[in-house]
Amino acid sequence: MNGQTEPLRMSVRNLWKVFGPAAGPDVAERLAGMSKTEVQEELKSVVALRDASFDVTSGETFVVMGLSGSGKSTLVRCLIQLIEPTMGQIFVDGEDVLGYTEEERIEFRRKKTGMVFQYFGLLPHRTVLDNAAWGLEVQGLPESERRARAMEVLEMVGLAGWENYRPSSLSGGMQQRVGLARALASDPEILLLDEPFSALDPLIRRDMQGELLQLQQQMKKTIVFITHDLAEAIRVGNRIAIMRDGAIVQIGTPEQIMSNPADDYVADFTRDVRRATVITVGYMMEHPTTRVREDDSPDAAVRAMEAAGADAVFVCTGEGRYVGEVTLEEAKQSLRRGDGAVRAPVDRRFAPIQRQQSIEEALANAWDQHGRLPVVDESGLLVGEVERDALIQAAFEAEATEAASV
Amino acid sequence: MAIAAPPKETGRPGAPPSAPPRKGLQLNRWQRAALTIGGFIVAMLAAAGIWGSQMEFPADVGPPIADWVNDTIRTITRNFSFIFDTIADVVLRFLLWLESIFLWIPWPVMVGGIGYVAWRMVSWRMALFSMLALAAVGFTGLWPSAMETTALIVVAVVISIAVAIPLGILAARSNTIDAILRPFLDGMQTMPSFVYLVPAIMLFGIGNVPAIFATVIYAVPPAIRLTSLGIRQVTPQVVEAAQSFGTTRRQLLLKVQLPMAIPSIMAGVNQTTMMALAMVVVGALVGAGGLGEDVLRALQRFQPGEALLGGLAIVVLAIIVDRVTQAWARERQEALRTDAH
Ligand SMILES: Nc1ncnc2c1ncn2[C@@H]1O[C@H](COP(=O)(O)OP(=O)(O)OP(=O)(O)O)[C@@H](O)[C@H]1O
Ligand SMILES: [Mg+2]
Repeated sequence: MNGQTEPLRMSVRNLWKVFGPAAGPDVAERLAGMSKTEVQEELKSVVALRDASFDVTSGETFVVMGLSGSGKSTLVRCLIQLIEPTMGQIFVDGEDVLGYTEEERIEFRRKKTGMVFQYFGLLPHRTVLDNAAWGLEVQGLPESERRARAMEVLEMVGLAGWENYRPSSLSGGMQQRVGLARALASDPEILLLDEPFSALDPLIRRDMQGELLQLQQQMKKTIVFITHDLAEAIRVGNRIAIMRDGAIVQIGTPEQIMSNPADDYVADFTRDVRRATVITVGYMMEHPTTRVREDDSPDAAVRAMEAAGADAVFVCTGEGRYVGEVTLEEAKQSLRRGDGAVRAPVDRRFAPIQRQQSIEEALANAWDQHGRLPVVDESGLLVGEVERDALIQAAFEAEATEAASV
Repeated sequence: MAIAAPPKETGRPGAPPSAPPRKGLQLNRWQRAALTIGGFIVAMLAAAGIWGSQMEFPADVGPPIADWVNDTIRTITRNFSFIFDTIADVVLRFLLWLESIFLWIPWPVMVGGIGYVAWRMVSWRMALFSMLALAAVGFTGLWPSAMETTALIVVAVVISIAVAIPLGILAARSNTIDAILRPFLDGMQTMPSFVYLVPAIMLFGIGNVPAIFATVIYAVPPAIRLTSLGIRQVTPQVVEAAQSFGTTRRQLLLKVQLPMAIPSIMAGVNQTTMMALAMVVVGALVGAGGLGEDVLRALQRFQPGEALLGGLAIVVLAIIVDRVTQAWARERQEALRTDAH
């Protein structure tokens, strides 16, 4: 989505991981034509990763999704080199991390990454505070400093007051927060979250997702987020990679996945999610056919409309901010009155729709409007237009496909 | 794993689904077994016929091995005696120092102190038992011997732990070292403890030190095993998570693996201590003092009463040490309990 503007942070190329006797530097050739079950039965080996390639840009939340056993954990473990891939390359900020020496690897883990584990992995013999401070302790920070910082992150994840308990006296959700605090403490640029919320019950899970989104807005980290729940993937992710038997079968924005599943496997996931809540206006809008600037002359506006065959035009400021609309009739009257600029007759008859709103959200306030509606981005710039009826149609279509596929 | 079961056909039980027809002699397994046993008997009879029925083992391998061991130990004693003398000296000083402390502490303080520890760690019942039993040991005149034995045990256990923890760590980290160490540990533990006495005397002379040496060899295996086991048992999820923050191997060992292995190490210390107590009388054979000496003297003089009293005093020490160290190990275990998942 914002691939052009943000720099590349992580780049994974043709990653293979094979557990068992079949592992070797030439797995790509030997196992390419074999399915996971074939390799398992004939070679007594497990293909956990099969030729996975993807890029993660800075500040993005990249979600990896797939059924149990599809290789998600293996993938993140490779990223932080807890597992050595059988083949392939991983670049982080342009560095080939698989070529690191032991010292470089330790430095990389201390400074650049923070990981949250599916099974928490807290140190049972230490207090919550000392667990949160673990990364800093390992780096050799003095005790008072690391405890102060650990307290800060514990407060951030809502665990103030629990610092002197042991992990075993906390609930699963709270333990996972300790895990999150531990990962955040050293303020890494990259967060690797392996099913951080899977062990939690649905209500707490939604809360935690919300908290993560909030934290992410403040922190702007690069996040690799593992989950097996598409609704969660859509909620937290900018882009989603879907894995099956170790291979990545589709990478795309939530909308792309929802509206264009690559195969039945992906479609199966999308069945449980309501499309209208996922597909954003930005995905279905059109570029505004006609627009004029507020200091253009009425004459120019009339000519623009006539050229486009339109009976109304959106008016923007010099920077492109949406101001309102002018009809052909109004522009002609203005011309007759001899106004200097089209600014005079502008009527703000539409409440603009936000690009990142889902169809359902947009419909809620477009319902009593009609015709072509302006679409603006986060800063109010006019980026497109959408017909109200198209919104309604999209919402119904989504419901219909869902009904048909159940 | 699952072997696909051929679909069973009705009415023809036992018929092999599709036995490939084989050429040549076809035998079922009873016939094969009979043939093998028969062949074996014939071969043995033939051998007896050739070499005669009073065949003996060519038993001339033992003496050279024994000679080699004897020579080696003699050579070591002769050439490296200064090393062993130094070790003996240090151990002896440590022992005497401990013993003098134990004997210096007035017995009511000692009895009360042990009672207090037993109360805190185990229960008031255990505290009561410890104090009464220790007082009884005192009343039978065995107090000084009991203190000497305690000092001996403490020294032997301290040395055992000092040896066991590094070895246990090595064995936990390397499968090769583990595989090499394992048969030695098995051997050390099963070997009759008397066997260690002769080299002990040759290296360290007569007295408490050779007894400690033999005790350590006999008692150290469980401490090594349980240290290694404790480290290997640390959940991989915890190790992995700790590592993901950039631990060095040393940090991982000192801050994660060893602390989490403590309950297991404590169980090893408990077993080592119990085995050291079992060596008390054996150690007296090479001149160790304490309760072992009392029991041994009673045996030599045919005084079953005195032997029984000395034996009971050893039992008292064993029970107290066992209960207290076990309770400690349990407590540490509790502290490590995880509800995670
Ligand atoms: N250490 C290992 N040795 C052998 N096979 C392994 C190992 N680790 C993972 N695998 C296999 O690799 C495959 C992928 O495992 P992985 O843990 O990455 O799956 P996952 O997508 O994280 O699943 P889940 O959602 O259950 O966590 C599985 O088939 C698993 O059995
Ligand atoms: Mg996993």
